[in-house]
Amino acid sequence: MALHLNNWIPGNFKSVPNTGSSAQHDIVQHGWTPITTTTSVLGVVFDSGVALAADTLTSYGSMACFGNNPRILTVNKNIIVAAAGEYSDYQFIRDTIEDKITTEKSLNDGISLKPKALHTWLSRVLYNRRTKMKPLWSTFLVAGIQNDKPFLGEIDKLGTAFADEQIASGYGAYLALPLLRKAIDEKRAKSNSSLTKDEAVALLKKCMEVLYYRDARSHDKYQIGVITKDSIEIQDLTLKPNWEVAKFVQGYE
Amino acid sequence: MDTIIDRGAPKARNFEPYASNGGSIVAISGKDFAIVASDTRLSEGYMIYTRKQSKLFQLSDKSVLGCTGCWCDTLSLTNIVETQLKSYLYDHNNVMQPGSIAQLLSTLLYSRRFFPYYVYNVLAGLDDNGEGCLYSYDPVGHCEKVSYTAGGSSGVLMQPFLDSWLAKRTADNPVSEEEALNLVKDAFTAAGERDIYTGDEVVYNIIKKEGIKSGVVQLRKD
Repeated sequence: MALHLNNWIPGNFKSVPNTGSSAQHDIVQHGWTPITTTTSVLGVVFDSGVALAADTLTSYGSMACFGNNPRILTVNKNIIVAAAGEYSDYQFIRDTIEDKITTEKSLNDGISLKPKALHTWLSRVLYNRRTKMKPLWSTFLVAGIQNDKPFLGEIDKLGTAFADEQIASGYGAYLALPLLRKAIDEKRAKSNSSLTKDEAVALLKKCMEVLYYRDARSHDKYQIGVITKDSIEIQDLTLKPNWEVAKFVQGYE
Repeated sequence: MDTIIDRGAPKARNFEPYASNGGSIVAISGKDFAIVASDTRLSEGYMIYTRKQSKLFQLSDKSVLGCTGCWCDTLSLTNIVETQLKSYLYDHNNVMQPGSIAQLLSTLLYSRRFFPYYVYNVLAGLDDNGEGCLYSYDPVGHCEKVSYTAGGSSGVLMQPFLDSWLAKRTADNPVSEEEALNLVKDAFTAAGERDIYTGDEVVYNIIKKEGIKSGVVQLRKD
C-alpha cells in the first residue's frame, strides 16, 4: 500500500503518486472567466464519417476581435477535433495534443491514437482542471473513425463527456441542434438510413447560416471538417446570407 | 463628505464546478435476483445533451452500479471504482464481492467529504448466498443496505411509489422478478410524466446466478 505517500487519505488510488495540491487542500478561489472567446461548434455523424463545423471568429467581449482563427484541428488520420470557448485554452490543448502525436510518431510502431482514447483523455484533463478550480474554459468535439464506425463525442469545461450522433454547443445547442436532430430522424423514418456525406455537409451549412442570423458572436467565415475512413478534408467557407428575411422580423422597420 | 460604499463580498467566484445532469435510478432486490435500472437522458437545465446515456456500470458478473447526478463526477468515480476492482483482481486473483465493493465505494465517496462527488449511487448485486442485495448512498458516503430504493432526480417521486408496494413485504411473500420489473417500468413511466430530467429510455439489468439480463423500455421523449 502507498501509505507512505504524503497526504494519503483512505480512498486514494494506491499507486497514483502525489500530484500536488488540489482544491480540497487549497481553497484559494480564482476569478476564472473567459476573455477571448469563440461561439458554437457543431458536429454530425453521417453514414461513413463525421462532419464538424465552426466559424473562425474570436471575440473579445462583444468586440469581433480576430476574424481568422481556425479551430478545427487534424490530430492524426483517425481524428479531428473542434473547440469552442476560450481560444487560448484551445491553443494550449492543441499544443499538448500535438506533443502527444509527435511522441507517438517518434515511436514509429504504426499505432496511432484513436478518437475514443482522445475523448477520454480530454475528459480527464478538463476534469482535473475543474477539480483544481482552474478550468480550461472550453468545449471540445472529438470526431473520428474507430473500428470502422464513426465516433462523435463532446467534453465540456467540467469534464462532462458523452457521445452522440449530433452535438452542438453554445447557441448552437438551442438553434442548430433541433435542426440536426430533425434531419437525422426524418432520414431514418423515411429510408431507415443515416445521412450521406453531402447531406451532412449541406445540413451543417444551413445550420451555420441560421446561427449567423441570430448569434451576435458568429461570423460569416467558417470551416467544415469532414473525416471518413480514408480522408480528412477541412474546407474554408464563406456564408452568403440572405437578409431578405429581415423584412419579416417585426419591430425594426 | 465621506460616503462609505458597501460593495459587498468580492465577486470572484464565478466558476461553478458542479452541474446537475439529471437521471434517475431504481433498484429492487429479491430472493435470487437484483434488478437495477436507469433512464438514459443526460441533460442540464432545459437542454438535453443526449438521449442514450445509460447510468449503469457493470462492475462484475454479480454487481452493477447505478450512478447519477453530476455527470463529470460520475465518470470519474466509476473509473476509479473500476480501476480499484481490476487492481483487487490482479492482487488477489478474486473478483471483489458486492459487500466489499459497497465499503470501497463508501470510502471513496468520503475521501472527498469536503469537495464531494455530487452523485447518488445504488449498488446492486448478489451476495455470497446468491441472494439479491442493494446498497444505497448519499454523495458523501453514507451507505445503507436496503431491499429497494430510488435515487437521482426522480428519487423523491419514485421512492413513495415503491414504498406503497414493497414496504410491508415479508420473507414469506417475497417480490418476484416479474413483479419487480413491472414496478420499475411503472415507476419510470410515472416519473417521466412529471420530471423533465427523467425520460427517453429506461435500461435495466437483472442480476441472477446465471448472468446479467438487460433490456430497454421506451419513455416519453419530450
